[in-house]
Amino acid sequence: MHAWEVVIGLEIHAQLATKSKIFSGAATAYGAPPNTQACLVDLAYPGVLPVLNAEAVRMAVKFGLAIGAKIAERSVFARKNYFYPDLPKGYQISQYEEPIVGRGALEIVLDDGASRRVGITRAHLEEDAGKSLHEGLANASGIDLNRAGTPLLEIVSEPDMRSAKEAVAYMKKVHTLVRYLEICDGNMQEGSFRCDANVSVRPRGRDKFGTRAEIKNLNSFRFVEKAIQHEFARQIELIESGGRVVQETRLYDSDKDETRPMRSKEEANDYRYFPDPDLLPLQIDRAFVDSVRVTLPELPEQKAARFAAELQLSAYDAGVLSASREIGDYFEAVVAAVGAPQAKLAANWVMGELSSALNRDKLEIGGARVGPRALGGLLQRIVDGTISGKIAKEVFEAMWGQGREADAVIAAKGLRQITDGGAIAKVIEEVIAANPRQLADYRAGNDKLFRFFAGQIMRATGGKANPAQLNELLKAKLDGD
Amino acid sequence: MLHNRSIGELAAILDRREASSVELTRHFLARIEALNPALNAMISVTGAQALLEAAVADRRRGAGETGPLLGIPLIHKDIFCTDGVRTSCGSRMLDNFVAPYDATVVARLKAAGAVMLGKANMDEFAMGSSNETSFYGPVRNPWDLARVPGGSSGGSAAAVAARLAPFATATDTGGSIRQPAALTGVTGVKPTYGRVSRYGMIAFASSLDQAGIIARSAADAATVLQAMAGFDPRDSTSVDTPVPDYGSALGAPLKGLRIGLLKEFSDGLEPRNAALIAAALEVFRSLGAATLEASLPSLPLSVPTYYVVAPAECSSNLSRFDGVRFGYRCENPRDLLDLYKRSRGEGFGAEVKRRIMTGTYVLSAGYFDAYYLQAQKARQLITDEFRAAFGRVDLLLGPTTPTPAFAIGAKIDDPVTMYLNDIYTIGANLAGLPALSMPGGFIDELPMGVQLIGPHFAEGRLLNAAHQYQLATDWHDRVARGYC
Repeated sequence: MHAWEVVIGLEIHAQLATKSKIFSGAATAYGAPPNTQACLVDLAYPGVLPVLNAEAVRMAVKFGLAIGAKIAERSVFARKNYFYPDLPKGYQISQYEEPIVGRGALEIVLDDGASRRVGITRAHLEEDAGKSLHEGLANASGIDLNRAGTPLLEIVSEPDMRSAKEAVAYMKKVHTLVRYLEICDGNMQEGSFRCDANVSVRPRGRDKFGTRAEIKNLNSFRFVEKAIQHEFARQIELIESGGRVVQETRLYDSDKDETRPMRSKEEANDYRYFPDPDLLPLQIDRAFVDSVRVTLPELPEQKAARFAAELQLSAYDAGVLSASREIGDYFEAVVAAVGAPQAKLAANWVMGELSSALNRDKLEIGGARVGPRALGGLLQRIVDGTISGKIAKEVFEAMWGQGREADAVIAAKGLRQITDGGAIAKVIEEVIAANPRQLADYRAGNDKLFRFFAGQIMRATGGKANPAQLNELLKAKLDGD
Repeated sequence: MLHNRSIGELAAILDRREASSVELTRHFLARIEALNPALNAMISVTGAQALLEAAVADRRRGAGETGPLLGIPLIHKDIFCTDGVRTSCGSRMLDNFVAPYDATVVARLKAAGAVMLGKANMDEFAMGSSNETSFYGPVRNPWDLARVPGGSSGGSAAAVAARLAPFATATDTGGSIRQPAALTGVTGVKPTYGRVSRYGMIAFASSLDQAGIIARSAADAATVLQAMAGFDPRDSTSVDTPVPDYGSALGAPLKGLRIGLLKEFSDGLEPRNAALIAAALEVFRSLGAATLEASLPSLPLSVPTYYVVAPAECSSNLSRFDGVRFGYRCENPRDLLDLYKRSRGEGFGAEVKRRIMTGTYVLSAGYFDAYYLQAQKARQLITDEFRAAFGRVDLLLGPTTPTPAFAIGAKIDDPVTMYLNDIYTIGANLAGLPALSMPGGFIDELPMGVQLIGPHFAEGRLLNAAHQYQLATDWHDRVARGYC
């Protein structure tokens, strides 16, 4: 595979989180019974007209600003004409030659820590189609037009990615961003965030791109990776066996892990784009753009940079903790409770215990059974020496299961750390007295036996002895007497 | 007779309780019953509903309400959606379509208390200049039943000319109000594009379509326009600019008004038509207006430009008629493609298919630049020339049509000759300008129209000029024999 390089560009469709549709007042909520969220405009009844949803425009502008793109002062809605039962008007309203968002870029960080800039050619507004339903109907197809007219932002990248992993990293980056901006719920199972991948291959070192195939409707990060890998291999094999890649639309079959061409009729379409005469060109003035700009939240890079600078976190930790707005908010609430000097401790716990508990129970951070203030309270008990880090994990588990505060768990289970030097010294004396042979060996030079004594003492205190004090007193006792 | 009264006189009769709206409605319904079979101006007559609406209007008036259209009967062109009433658009495709909502125009006139008598015949999907393309058969001209009334609002024009209603709604995409108004001897007003909402008006060519009025006089049209006009949040192309009081504009003297005669209109005009235009100019001069020459060098491009733009838009607008959700569906479709092909093939008539094919062609890859883009450039050129002309004149005047009404069947097999009938009216649509046609004399005992075109939103000026002309002439009061 060394001789070949894959070139990838993605067209991401992000469903905008507006309450109503892009050209009608019907609701956009997912999962309603078929055709209950389709009004006369969505059904394309004779005489109806589209009216643009200003909220969808605001969201598109928000995205454009977040990727540093130029917002077009004038953009145009065009009709893409084709017949299909789930396309009631016989055309889709989209933006063609004059999109609302111009050229921008995003920085992606790869697994090896290297970063790469992925250019974004454009982003434009368009309406989604309905759905054709084939299951459970004998000799018939059903049409559900609830989704018809749902606003989409189509985000078109440059062919800047050179591996399936890069493509996934870019898609994840966009996914994070649209959720940060609160313009898309990012739900991939429901199809709120999906993409088409343009894939071509070329001999490594050559400038000219190969002929590309477009893989349609990839709705998970894993499918994007697998579909691209498969397509990469397919194209190489095709070329090496003397064939040629043809420009076509392909579908990824996740069950068979292969791509295959869509019907050829589809390719023969001439969409006859022309400006939609029912909608005037969209004019966006500076004041509107400024009014959107002030609503921009702190973006992932900005948050990570702040975590690194203000809380002295490593770049890696800062990146993980800013990966989503929810994680960042949770982490900051823990820090607020435990104090900024303990940010590293907070980071370790959020990325460690909390994260594994969430994974284990398949929960999102919003559903965490230990809230950030409660976690902060627990960490406070480590900081003030009430419990050790080890005991804290036990307390955390109890908090998670029972929804109690750290102090209540500590009190109920008697887990308070023994910090009374006299009490610890007494246990040390007892343990040494009970193990004379080991004492002799230690004093003869077998240093490893220090850990044996420490372990015995911990066990005797039920793990509650303050580890630092224990070490200090034990050392003094063993070496001194 | 009630049917020869103006809208203002009818409202006064209702106010004085000399007649009720129910009586008025019965009178016009009786005329429709007696006279329409020969004219075929109506697709649907909604008598029972009309009498209910009239009774409501009478109650409103009885409760102290008044209004210039309260209780006045009208006919809607069958292109406007009417809640619970078949809205066919003159097509087999929508023969079974009962609209589930009212067009904004219908809703506004309903709110004003106007009483709908029924729905007027029209060329199929408003595509035609003779009303011969209707699925419901041709409409006949009251002045000569062997002749066409013009189109596409032929039913509306014939109905008003035959005094089947005081007024009718109509639409104008390339002359569809003005041309039939001219050929039937009535007054037809096409407002500025965006002045009247298109919501609920079945689209032919969205950037050209405009709702308007066919009435007996400019004064009546002003009353109706007052109720129809205004911004509609459901139509993005409707314009949010205040609606002036058209009635109060009707009193202004014409002294100092500059009226331009378009060179491109007068060149090659049939001598008798030219004489009518000269006479109309003379009337305006006698009223104190100044007349001068004007020229729009690109105007001859308007017909070819129109026959690219309008079909392009119609080819897309009519895609929704696919047999899936409403309207005509073929019997026993084999598969999806068969459903599409036969539903559309059987549901649409020849002229509609011709325009869909033309429009599909001009938008196709490889032809788009040569046709659609060129047409857009020509359209811009024509618009710019109109704007420049209105820097020197206040109104433009010319003929509405090249000839009077022609015989049914004379041009239907020759689309290009038919299309040339719109040669004087299309320019105003391309530029979005308000225009009207008013009766201006006769050729071979058939009525002819004089057209006035104004700058954007100058409906008041146009209506006043026509009104002053109608005070000085009586062409608009002539009624075809048998319809007095």
